[in-house]
Amino acid sequence: MAVAEQRTSPQASPEQETWYGIIQQTLKRNDIRLVPYVPDRVLTALIRNLHADPFFTTFPTAREEEAVGIASGAWMGGMKSAVLMQTSGFATLANVLASLVAPSQIPLIMFVSERGTLGEFNLGQSLVCRTMRPVLDSLAIEHHTCTRLDELEFIADRSIKQAVTTQAPVALILNPLLTGGKVFDK
Amino acid sequence: MNAQSSKVARNTKVMNRFDVTSRLVAKLKNEEAVIGGIGNTNFDLWAAGHRPQNWYMLGSMGLAFPIALGVALAQPKRRVFGLEGDGSLLMQLGCLSTIATLAPKNLTMVVMDNGIYQITGAQPTPAAAHTDLVAIAVASGIANSAWAADEDDFERLIDQSMSASVPTLIGVRIDDKPGTGATKRDPVQIRERFMLGLGVRQAI
Repeated sequence: MAVAEQRTSPQASPEQETWYGIIQQTLKRNDIRLVPYVPDRVLTALIRNLHADPFFTTFPTAREEEAVGIASGAWMGGMKSAVLMQTSGFATLANVLASLVAPSQIPLIMFVSERGTLGEFNLGQSLVCRTMRPVLDSLAIEHHTCTRLDELEFIADRSIKQAVTTQAPVALILNPLLTGGKVFDK
Repeated sequence: MNAQSSKVARNTKVMNRFDVTSRLVAKLKNEEAVIGGIGNTNFDLWAAGHRPQNWYMLGSMGLAFPIALGVALAQPKRRVFGLEGDGSLLMQLGCLSTIATLAPKNLTMVVMDNGIYQITGAQPTPAAAHTDLVAIAVASGIANSAWAADEDDFERLIDQSMSASVPTLIGVRIDDKPGTGATKRDPVQIRERFMLGLGVRQAI
């Protein structure tokens, strides 16, 4: 299990003891109700809990850019959303970020589970990972790498609010230091 | 409505994108949202007469239906139309499965099918000779899908979709003519005016 989970504070409420609990609560607090995703092993607990919570409308899409399109349409229609994906999924998004999200000033909120680092066993994943931050930087898209449970709520909550108020996209990269990542024996 | 074979589809009347788009726009009396896909599809929507509830896609080929789905989910009481080209839909066929699963009853999709990438030099799409996009929609789970036989049939299908209890997809065989107008390429203004038109924002 995630190293981060072992640092859980005994005072925390059950929903806030884990990284995925913190993200779930932070989404709620910011009225983010729509969560399309392309799944990832690391995101399993978050996806399961969002499905179990009637506050959220959450569903899989066939491609990550499809999820970005849905989130963009929902934003224009007055509903806030966040999209979930893994690193290789983000690698398919350069076109939609450059031609829809950035020029239209849409506050797209992306959670990317980071594969390709800190124990990656698949060479392709490790190379795909190298493309993620250069693409984000090339479009001047705000991004943060979340590594610590005690910083996650601050980063996620502030980033969501900044995205909405400045009408700019943001990527929150969920590092294996936070989630435990995916290792060879899983 | 049932899917027809591609042979039957080829026997449907070849219509014109600007004409059918104008027929659709003429029917809109309740501030319905219209999402125009990349290129000629939104050029003809623009040429049919700008409305505050129109949104024009300048990039992100293939995402007209996903964007329309997002609007439909956000505003379930508003009818939402997505207009998309055949080449564009080919890039994002998976969205038909997502739409079939979520099944928003306020979503009407129109596929303008000329079998070519008109705007890049009229090269045939890989689907041009053998693929029936309406049959793909049906097989994806959008049972309420049909080819429009002619202009009157298109208008009838649009009318039916307005009160349907499931999402609708309408295939329209169109000619190889380019778009009639050219959308003003200002993505921020397009997005902002659309949000004003949908009542999401008030002008400052």
